[in-house]
Amino acid sequence: MRNNRTTTGIQPQVQTLTDLQLRHLLRRVLFGFTQKEVTFFSGKILSEILDLLLIPSIAPSPPLNTYTTASLSDPNVPLGQTWVNAPYDGATNGARTTSFKSWWIGQMLNQGASIHEKMILFWHNHFATETVDIGDARYVYKHHSLLRKYALGNFKDLVKEVTRDPAMLRYLNGFLNTKTSPDENYARELQELFTLGKGPKVQYTEADVKAAARILTGYVVNATSISSSFDPNRHDTGNKQFSSYYNNKVIVGKTGAAGATETDELIEMLFLQEETAAYLCRKLYRFFVYYEIDQATEVNVIQPLATIFRTSGYEIKPVLKALFSSEHFFDPLNRGGMIKSPVDFVVGLCREFGIIFPSASDAVNQYFMLDYIRIQASNMQQNLGDPPNVSGWPAYYQEPQFHELWINSDTLPRRNQLTDILVTTGYTRNGKKINIDVLAYTENLKNPGNPNLLIQDILDLLYAIEVPSDVRQFLKSILLSGQSTDSYWTDAWNNYKANPNNLVAKNLVLNRLTSFFKYVLNQPEYQLS
Amino acid sequence: MKRRDFLRLGPAGIVLPSLINGFTLKAFAESPLVSALTQAPTETDHVLVLIQLNGGNDGLNTVIPFDQYDNLANARSNILIPRNKILKLNGGGNAGFHPAMTGLQTLFNEEKLQIIQSVGYPQPNFSHFRATDIWMSASDSNQYINSGWAGRYLAEEYEGFPMGYPNTVMPDPLAIQIGSFVSPAMQGPSVNMGMAITDPVNFYNLINGIQGPAPAGRGGKELTYIRQVAQQTQQYGTVIKNAAAKVTKQFSGYPTGNSLAEQLKIVARLIAGGLKTRIYMVSLGGFDTHAQQVVASATDTGTHALLLKRVSEGIKAFMDDLTYLNAHKRVLGMTFSEFGRRIKSNGSVGTDHGAAAPLFVFGHYAQNEVLGQSPEIPLITSASDNIPMQYDFRSVYASLLKQWFCVPDSILQNVMLKNFQQLQVVKKTAPCLSSNPDLPPNLENKLLLTNYPNPFQSSTTLSYESFGGHTLLQVFNTEGKLIKTLVDAEVSAGTHKITFENEGFAPGIYYARLQNQSLQLTRTMLLGR
Repeated sequence: MRNNRTTTGIQPQVQTLTDLQLRHLLRRVLFGFTQKEVTFFSGKILSEILDLLLIPSIAPSPPLNTYTTASLSDPNVPLGQTWVNAPYDGATNGARTTSFKSWWIGQMLNQGASIHEKMILFWHNHFATETVDIGDARYVYKHHSLLRKYALGNFKDLVKEVTRDPAMLRYLNGFLNTKTSPDENYARELQELFTLGKGPKVQYTEADVKAAARILTGYVVNATSISSSFDPNRHDTGNKQFSSYYNNKVIVGKTGAAGATETDELIEMLFLQEETAAYLCRKLYRFFVYYEIDQATEVNVIQPLATIFRTSGYEIKPVLKALFSSEHFFDPLNRGGMIKSPVDFVVGLCREFGIIFPSASDAVNQYFMLDYIRIQASNMQQNLGDPPNVSGWPAYYQEPQFHELWINSDTLPRRNQLTDILVTTGYTRNGKKINIDVLAYTENLKNPGNPNLLIQDILDLLYAIEVPSDVRQFLKSILLSGQSTDSYWTDAWNNYKANPNNLVAKNLVLNRLTSFFKYVLNQPEYQLS
Repeated sequence: MKRRDFLRLGPAGIVLPSLINGFTLKAFAESPLVSALTQAPTETDHVLVLIQLNGGNDGLNTVIPFDQYDNLANARSNILIPRNKILKLNGGGNAGFHPAMTGLQTLFNEEKLQIIQSVGYPQPNFSHFRATDIWMSASDSNQYINSGWAGRYLAEEYEGFPMGYPNTVMPDPLAIQIGSFVSPAMQGPSVNMGMAITDPVNFYNLINGIQGPAPAGRGGKELTYIRQVAQQTQQYGTVIKNAAAKVTKQFSGYPTGNSLAEQLKIVARLIAGGLKTRIYMVSLGGFDTHAQQVVASATDTGTHALLLKRVSEGIKAFMDDLTYLNAHKRVLGMTFSEFGRRIKSNGSVGTDHGAAAPLFVFGHYAQNEVLGQSPEIPLITSASDNIPMQYDFRSVYASLLKQWFCVPDSILQNVMLKNFQQLQVVKKTAPCLSSNPDLPPNLENKLLLTNYPNPFQSSTTLSYESFGGHTLLQVFNTEGKLIKTLVDAEVSAGTHKITFENEGFAPGIYYARLQNQSLQLTRTMLLGR
């Protein structure tokens, strides 16, 4: 695989991007992108583009009750109101969880030109929790809000917050961790998954896990206010001795409310380890660039990024800006090498084609359609809110296949079936339909009447890699019904534009565009980002 | 198999389009019900091969009417084939072949070829797209139908497809297309029956499990991975591959550099390899010969000659191969093009979009004859003149379905949407026809159609003889458009009269067309000033 090796590093890429580079950037940091977004960023220098992309979106209004029916009602939450602050209700918790997931898909679909939503998904995979285990949608929403708030903030602060997050305390049994019966679950994952990771450079011991667990004793969860607090009576006040890996650090046990400050000391200690920054940079790299990290990439990209990360005090934006400014990120060999995750695939598809969902005034149908999209991703093995376990989705960490795990003989046909349905009949429920309007999409392109330019524009938007000229020829033959005269398409298109209400004129182009897009979206190329 | 067994069969069929060396492969699977029915070998192993000639083939330079040669010489002197070079046919009457068509000449002389004269439809459309859609859907000219005729046929037979297909009882595709675009002919009435082979590698690679080229870099690496999965998920990939593998030796006389022959060679291989696939579709483009149709200094050479040579040599080699592989009795083929070309040639040594044209039915069991009269060429032609239609193309479809696939009348009605005239296209010795009632003998010369006065001004009275049963009497103008239907009814046997009124028609030539059972006759009428 010699031709896959890249020696480029973190040194800055030229500030003026080519169109190809701009599209590469947008494809990676957004869920799909549109011509409108290309136009918006076009002509701006890279630094300015990144500053814009790194602006977090404003906090959205919370998810709503759209699930009340004749057979199911939420006692404290009328239809159309939010349930996030209402008391727990066993009968509706499942519906609330679905409401949360639908709402989340909705946030992604309306992401705007910001990396924010993609980073929230990154953190969800990093601090993986499962709604089924947490068992209360209100905790889930609160946890999600935390990730949303810190997604582009400070990583160390985020770790501190997540450690005290009620949902996490429930998910990894932190609320059961007491001086009399310590529970090591969170203490272990905090080191192994959330900060240091595993690997030859990471030498913490089982004793370190136990010491950390003792530090973390005393947290309790209030199920009414969905908050956590520190109970000194449950806290282990003894000194905690760490191994030589941590320079034999001793965290002195404290009584009373001060016991909680041991948690901050512990986290500070974890962040003194250089591996914490490197581990997170590798995860970012695998999420945004490619899964293989060879020696050259480690030296030229990961370590320099980790230095930036540490120097900034674990601010997330500088490290992202450095990565997305690097020659390495724009290395042509890295183009198209990401296999879209199911969420990236379904949300990206909807965004690229501007699929119109029922409006907010019709929240019931809107949420239902959002959930239809969410379920598609779930069937493709990425159930938002419910990764398989605390490690997140295997595609982000499982050697040696990583992202290739998304594509198998079950999931690939599902991807094709979804695009087939949306391009042809659309999905209809309750008299509402979501579909890919190939005519509207084509109309919004620059040169719909010229088959060569039309194909070029479409492939630029939808494919991350170039296709050979014989494939272009084939695609053109679909538009031309096998003819070789370009003007036959031009005439048919112009005739449609002049007579948009003429059914025959419309169907002539619609037929061919439907076949065309169905084919384009079925190709392996469309699976790549 | 009993005809009534078909009655319970309902909608569906599935296409597998895939780009294979510029070819598309679409496959339709068969149903368990049909597989159960198709135990009877004489019924099941019939195969229909459709050859689409893209662009509109110039019928008058393909099948050249000796008896019209002088008028033809007036109309198209710059592209006229020298009389002494036109190929004569044993028992072909006035029909001669373009000199490039020695292969088809041999087939005719060996009684394996039928020429059906002047096939078209009322109100011809001169747009490639629209005309192609009409031929594919078998709709009326002014009617828009979203399904294809072959798709409807498959839908009638294979209920529920693709649900549950392929299966162990019937693992093969229902229909396979090797061609340059997704043919609407295979579109089913309700569901889109298309299922993509998402792998854009050439057909030989599919058979041999080879991957097409991928670009360098990580994108190329992941593309290759997804293509591999796509190949594995290709439902019919294995059966197609296995069928191809069974045929290790084929007829050696296929011409080289002939894409039609290459496609047909694949079809022969799959047929002989034991696929129970019913319909194959192949195509050859380039017939849109507006300019430089011939080499002006040697009109029997040039673009059109080359194309006809490919058709002729391709079909001949295919037939020889089928005989070599002992599959010749199973196969019937048909050529078609979306329209013919004008009678009068243009100034660019070419011809413009026309209307009716001859088509060929070939095969061991093809009815060996020239069906219909020579198209009548007026002494003086104008640029817009077309030869009058003798046979509706849907009659040919309906006849093939009934006589080759034994489709009963009730189903035929659903597939063809109307009741079309049956033509004898299959020899009566073909197994499927053994129980069919005899069609009337070829009595064209005994049909009677006269008009008086002729020329006429305000009206003319047509006298016609019917053998009883459904009788159609139509009037077409010189552009090939139907302007009046005088009789469309069951009439008693005998001679009848009807008056054709001049409703303000332009002076000039009009054609009266009489159709009675499988017979038809046209007569030229002159409307004077």
